[in-house]
This record gives sequence, structure tokens and C-alpha cells, in this order.
Amino acid sequence: MIHLAPGDPTELAGADDPVLQQSVEQMRKLYGLDQPLHVQYLSWLKRVVLLDFGRSFQPDGRPVLDKIRERLPVTLLLNLIEMLIILVIAIPIGVRSATHQYSTFDKVTTLFVFVGFATPDFWLAILLQILFGVHLGWLPMSQLRHPMWEYLPFWRQQWDFASHLILPIAVATFGGLAGFSRYMRQSMLEVIRQDYIQSARAKGLDERKVIGKHALRNALMPIVTILGLSLPGLIGGSVIVETIFAIPGMGLLMVQSVFARDYPVIMGNLVIVSTLTLVANLIADLTYSLVDPRIRVGRRGRR
Amino acid sequence: MKTARLVAVAGIVALVTGCAGDGDRAVESAPMLPSSASEAPAYGDTYIDSLLGDISSLIPTITSDGSSHAVGGLIYSGLVRYDKNLAPEGDLAESWQFSTDCRRLTFRLRQGVRWHDGQPFTADDVVFTWQAIVDPRTPSPYKADYIDVEKVEADGPQTVHVYYRQPYAKALTSWSTWILPRHLLEPYVREGRIREAPQNWNAPVGTGPYRFVSRRAGERIVLVANPDYWEGRPNLSRVVYRVIPSQATTFLELKAKGVDSAALTALQYKRQTDYPAFARAYAKFHYPSNAYTYFGFNLRDPRFADRRVRQAFAHAINKRELIDGVILGLGKEATGPYKPGTWAYTDHVKTYPYDMERARQLLAEAGWTERNADGLLVKDGRPFTFEVLTNQGNDERKKVAEIIQSQLRELGIGVEIRIIEWAALLKEHIRKRRFEAIVLGWGTGIDPDQFVIWHSSQTAPEQMNHIGYANPAADRALEAGRMACVQAERVQYYHRLQEILAEDQPIVFLYFREALPVVSSRIHGIDPGPNGISFNFTKWFVPRQLQRYTAG
Repeated sequence: MIHLAPGDPTELAGADDPVLQQSVEQMRKLYGLDQPLHVQYLSWLKRVVLLDFGRSFQPDGRPVLDKIRERLPVTLLLNLIEMLIILVIAIPIGVRSATHQYSTFDKVTTLFVFVGFATPDFWLAILLQILFGVHLGWLPMSQLRHPMWEYLPFWRQQWDFASHLILPIAVATFGGLAGFSRYMRQSMLEVIRQDYIQSARAKGLDERKVIGKHALRNALMPIVTILGLSLPGLIGGSVIVETIFAIPGMGLLMVQSVFARDYPVIMGNLVIVSTLTLVANLIADLTYSLVDPRIRVGRRGRR
Repeated sequence: MKTARLVAVAGIVALVTGCAGDGDRAVESAPMLPSSASEAPAYGDTYIDSLLGDISSLIPTITSDGSSHAVGGLIYSGLVRYDKNLAPEGDLAESWQFSTDCRRLTFRLRQGVRWHDGQPFTADDVVFTWQAIVDPRTPSPYKADYIDVEKVEADGPQTVHVYYRQPYAKALTSWSTWILPRHLLEPYVREGRIREAPQNWNAPVGTGPYRFVSRRAGERIVLVANPDYWEGRPNLSRVVYRVIPSQATTFLELKAKGVDSAALTALQYKRQTDYPAFARAYAKFHYPSNAYTYFGFNLRDPRFADRRVRQAFAHAINKRELIDGVILGLGKEATGPYKPGTWAYTDHVKTYPYDMERARQLLAEAGWTERNADGLLVKDGRPFTFEVLTNQGNDERKKVAEIIQSQLRELGIGVEIRIIEWAALLKEHIRKRRFEAIVLGWGTGIDPDQFVIWHSSQTAPEQMNHIGYANPAADRALEAGRMACVQAERVQYYHRLQEILAEDQPIVFLYFREALPVVSSRIHGIDPGPNGISFNFTKWFVPRQLQRYTAG
């Protein structure tokens, strides 16, 4: 598919520089771009089966896997922390605004949610950078480490690294928080109208137990589904956050590779992300059985 | 003109010289400069620079991006380099000499120069560098510079002869290329795997003023002063490049003093840095960059094949308004493809002052007299409308197109603007010649040879004369200028070329924009000149009491 996009890597090098343009033909041959498309694809497929993703077309010519390996961890770290924070905050908010529907708390969180939906990432990011980075000078604004990181003592290094993550995580969390607390509220509202909640209450159970045990477990089902679906995006990284905060993650790698038409890296990226998505969905399926034991019992349970 | 007091001189090709990608410049405001020149330099401190993109590799010979050249320029050296006034001076070569027929160029190399790993630098390294570039398996974008080289020979360890098949005007310039270490790279080049050499990823070895320390992909590159540099150890003990892909973030980092230098946009330069605290913390510089923006015609289109129509456009486009509107006045009007102040430049050419009456008259002469109900000019029953293309992601060019659109509308010409992603624009429109008009830019090198842009033999699909310009007189000037190797002789050919281009207006030359770097004011020793500021980077220093990063 990517070959349908016009242009190829050799043509993009210094397109407005007369000197560079003269070497284009030689470079095309070198990278095998003069071969027909199906030949290129088959040779790629053959190598991928052997887990050889080839080398980048960029002048560094590094193996694609190396490039992905050095960028995946930071993207995963950022997104896992972000997910965790979102869940820890969104679930209680959602539950509370469902059980206290139309209360002041519900109205305030609804307002917050709309603000959250409406706030563009990049705008919030720049505001936070200006406030905490330029004016207050409390937090670093970009990248992952201080320029003099190597010369800091061990614990300062850890704090330095952590402090670089605060702003990006805050920005990424803010948008996600809105969505998840809404989903949680909705699914909770549906569940507490069910008959079995009535009967739980009827048999005189403590309200906290009704909500916390009977309702919450059932209400979490859709959340797990949504979580599973959002994992690919999580692994793919967020281009906007990574660009503004200068974080070398998967999102930036992918975008830069697309602009440079660096086919091996693009393809490698897609394969890795697809694989991880499958794994993530498997995990989501397993989580269902934790949340809802009926699924685990399966056929035997139906009898 | 507001910029008249600037000392604007020749174009240096950042690509060739490897200096920080910003060519030549003149200074505007740097209050501490005069006194600092007499101060005794101190050693120490770290200079933190910003890069918009990560370097693509550490052998700059196979890269074409500004970041790789900026970093590579500190790690490697060439045989020659360009001084403050853009005159060539010896770097690894002590002296050089052309034979009388200009077909042999002899370099005498400096003695006692060592590679960063301690090995001696010799003539064999020069021969090897040439072999590496021209090897068909080396993906170097600079091969064209060495097409006319017949052979390169070492004559003892200190002398190199370069033989040319025919005189080649850019011969000396081309030897400012980064010289590569033969003792480390030869096996990789022999196997056609130069990209896979460790020197290309994290162990580069050069002869330049700084040695490589470490890098983190997409994050930063750390260099340290080379104590054995032939010109003496540079003053700034360490250089850290931070990779920050967003210009907005770079600017905020600058305000928070997280970087010592950055290139600003016109808006940032003019409006957002105009407060006392910024002026205390940074020195601002500006100088015309080595690239101009143009409005190009497809000359295969019968409407644009008529020179009077193109001249009418030149009269109707108000360049001053463009410069003021698009880059807040931080640019110089272009009269041709050479930067004002460079040796090849001449202002004795036909100019086209903003004059709507004259433009109407020229169009009428070309047969565009009637108007239709929409007020558009009509000829043979067809209204004068066309589409102008430019690339996505360049706001400046988009604005240029919009202003031209409104200016031409006054003449009764309808212009549609289409913005297309870079790669698609090149492949689908420029190379296939499927365009009516374009707003794009050309880089100008340190040498005025522009054979590949203007010569009539260069109009085939993959070649760069995409507008389809052909004028035998221009061809002759280009050929003569390329074959002559004495600057005094070449001048006349390039002046002739500019006269022809100004008369023909194959494109409307719009403006040279200015490069707008700022540097922390604790850095002393900056000596701005026609060659900008970074040419004497090794002489920059921070007085002891101002040093900020003293760890390590």
C-alpha cells in the first residue's frame, strides 16, 4: 500500500538542491527500488518469515529491529503509566457520577469531560510548558533527560528522568480521562438498573457491596473491551505528544519514516504493532474471564 | 533598503562545507561583540545546540540533511574550508595549486595531523575518500561533483594530485568534502557496506575539532573538544546537540535557557523576542540565507511561453509586499539566481518595479485584451486562469501563493492554489511536468555554476530544468562559466547569464529570506562576517565567571 504513495526515498533527499538530485538513479538501483513491486514484496515477505526485517533506507542503514527496539520501551512506558492513571481516576469518577446521577458531582464531572474532549492536545501541552517550564521553571519541558544527565548522581538521574515524564503524561492522560470516565458512567448506569441489582439490594446487602461487587464487575466488561481496542494506538504511540515533548518514541519513528518513504521501517513497524495488537487482544480476552467467571466456565458451565 | 547596511556576501553551501547549515550572514545586534574580540579566551563550559531532526548518520558524505552536516562538520575536516569572507583557505591542505590548463589540482597536506584514534592522516586518506564517494555502492548524494575527476593520486604522504578530464569550475569547492579515515572504513567500502560501519553509527573517527562521545537516537549527540586538533584545542570543552522536532518547543526551551542556540522564525525574531530579558540573554544575528523563493511557470504552456506575459507577471507581483507580508521584511529582493553580494552577482540587469499599468500593457501586447463577465482576461474565448502548486508544510510558500493570487486577480487573472505533500508534488507533478505554475525554492551553492537548472539539455523527466527553459545564449554562458577555472574570467559569463535571465523571466525571482539564528550571550568570540557566524566556532569561548556547565 505504502508504494501507492507517490515519491520514493531517493527522490526526497534534498529535492531543491541541484547537486543531490543528480545521484537519484544510482541510489534507486542500490536500494532495489527499480524492481517491480511484486518482486520487492515477495523478497520482503521471504525475509520477514525468517524474522529479518531488513535495514532502513536511511543513511545509517541500521537494522529495522534495532530502530524499533530502542523506541518501543519509552512509548510502552509512557502509555502504560498513562493507562494506569486513567483507570485509577476514571473508574471511581464514573461510578460515583452513575450512582449519584444528576448530583453536583455528576454535573461538575460532566463539564470536566466536555472540556477534556474539547481541549486540543497540543494546545494544552504548550500551555503547560509555558507555565511549568518557562514561568515557574519547575519541570523540564522536553526530551527524557537533562543535557548533563551523565554527570548527575544516581538518584538525581532517576528523578530527572521521572520529572521529564510528568508533563507528557499529564497531557496524554487529560484527554483519555474524559472518555473513560464517560464510558464507566454509562455502563454503570445500565448495570444498576438491572434486576439482579434490585434483588441484591432486596436481600439487604450493604449498598457499598452492591455497587463495589455486583455492579462494578459487570460494568467493567465494556471497559475491558475498549481497553483492548485502544491498545494498538497505545503501542503506536502518540505523534502529537511525542513531537511537542521531543520524545523519541514509536509515533515519531513511524511518521518520520512515512515522510522519508523508508519502506523497511514502515513495514517493520506495522508488523510489530500488529503482532503486539494480537497479543493485547489475547490479554483482553483473558481479562474477561477474570472479571466475569461465567466466561471461564465456558461450555461445561452451560450444561 | 532596510537591509542595505548588511554585509551580505557569497553563498556557501552548507552541504559542501559542513558548517551548521546556515551559510553566510551578517550581524544585526550583538552589543558585546567588539569588546569580546580582545578578551583572552577561556577553556571550558558546554555549548547546547538544538536540532530539528536527528542526524541520519555519522558519515556525512552519505547524508543530505542539515543536522548530519552540522554535527559531521565538527567531527571531520575537509582539505579546504571557507574563511570569514568566503575566501577558500587551507584546512587539512596547507596549500593547493592548479596546473595552467586547470586540469590538475595539487594539494600539499598539513603535517602532523592525526585522526581521533591517533593514526596519522596521510594522502592515502584523500585518495580513499574519493574512491569511497565514487564507488557505485556508496549511497552518496555528492557523486556528481566528482564525475569529471579522471583520477586522484597520492604522491608521497603529503601530496595529492587530482586530474580532471576537463576543467571543472567547482573543483576546489568539492574538496571541502569531509575526509574519511581509510584505515577504518576501507573494508566496508570494498564490500559496499559503508552504511554498516560502526563509524557510521556510534564510533566516528575524524580529524576535526571535536571528538564523538555518545549519542541517543532521537535524543542527543555529545561531542568533546579534540586536544590534538591541528589548530589547537577548541575553547568550548563540550558540545551537546538536543533533538527537538518542534520549532515551538525549541523556542520555549530557548526562553527557559535549555538550549544555547536556535534558528528562529521571522515572527519569533521580530515580535516574540523583543523584550529586554531576551536581549540580555541572547545575541540575535541575521543574514541572507542561501536559498531563494520563486514563482515558476511551465514554459511548455503556450500562454507562459510568451515572454511578455512573464514580464507582465514580474511587474504585477509586488516583491516588497511579499517580503513584508510573508517574512516581516526579513528578506532581500531577488533579481536573479545569485545572492546579492556574492562575486557572481550583478545588479546591472533589467528590473521589474511594481507597475500594474505596464503589466496590463504587456498583456495587451500579448493579445490579452478582452474581459469576460467575471472580469477575467480572455483570449480565443478562454479566460486566463491557472493553478499554482506548492508543497505542504511550508507556510511561507502558501502565503506567497495567496498574495500573488490576489495581486494577479487585479490584472484579471484567476489563480487557484493547490497544496500537495512534498513527495507527491515532486513525483506526480514536477517530474511529470504536470503543472501550470509553482511556488518553490532553489538552494544556491558557494559556486555559481547552475548548469543543471537552466541549461536546455537538462529538461528530461528526471532532470532539474523542470520549467523547460531553453535559450541558446544562456546555454553558452553556462557552458563557458563551467569550463573556465579562473574566477575573473567566469564573472563575465555569470553576469551575462543574469542579464539573460532577467530579460527572459523564465521564473519570477522573488526573494532571499534571511537566516535568523540567536546564540546565548555568554558565548564570546563570535565574529560575524559574510560567511556567517559558525565558521570560527572553535574560537568561541565562555569567560570563566560566566561558565554554566562545569560538571565532568
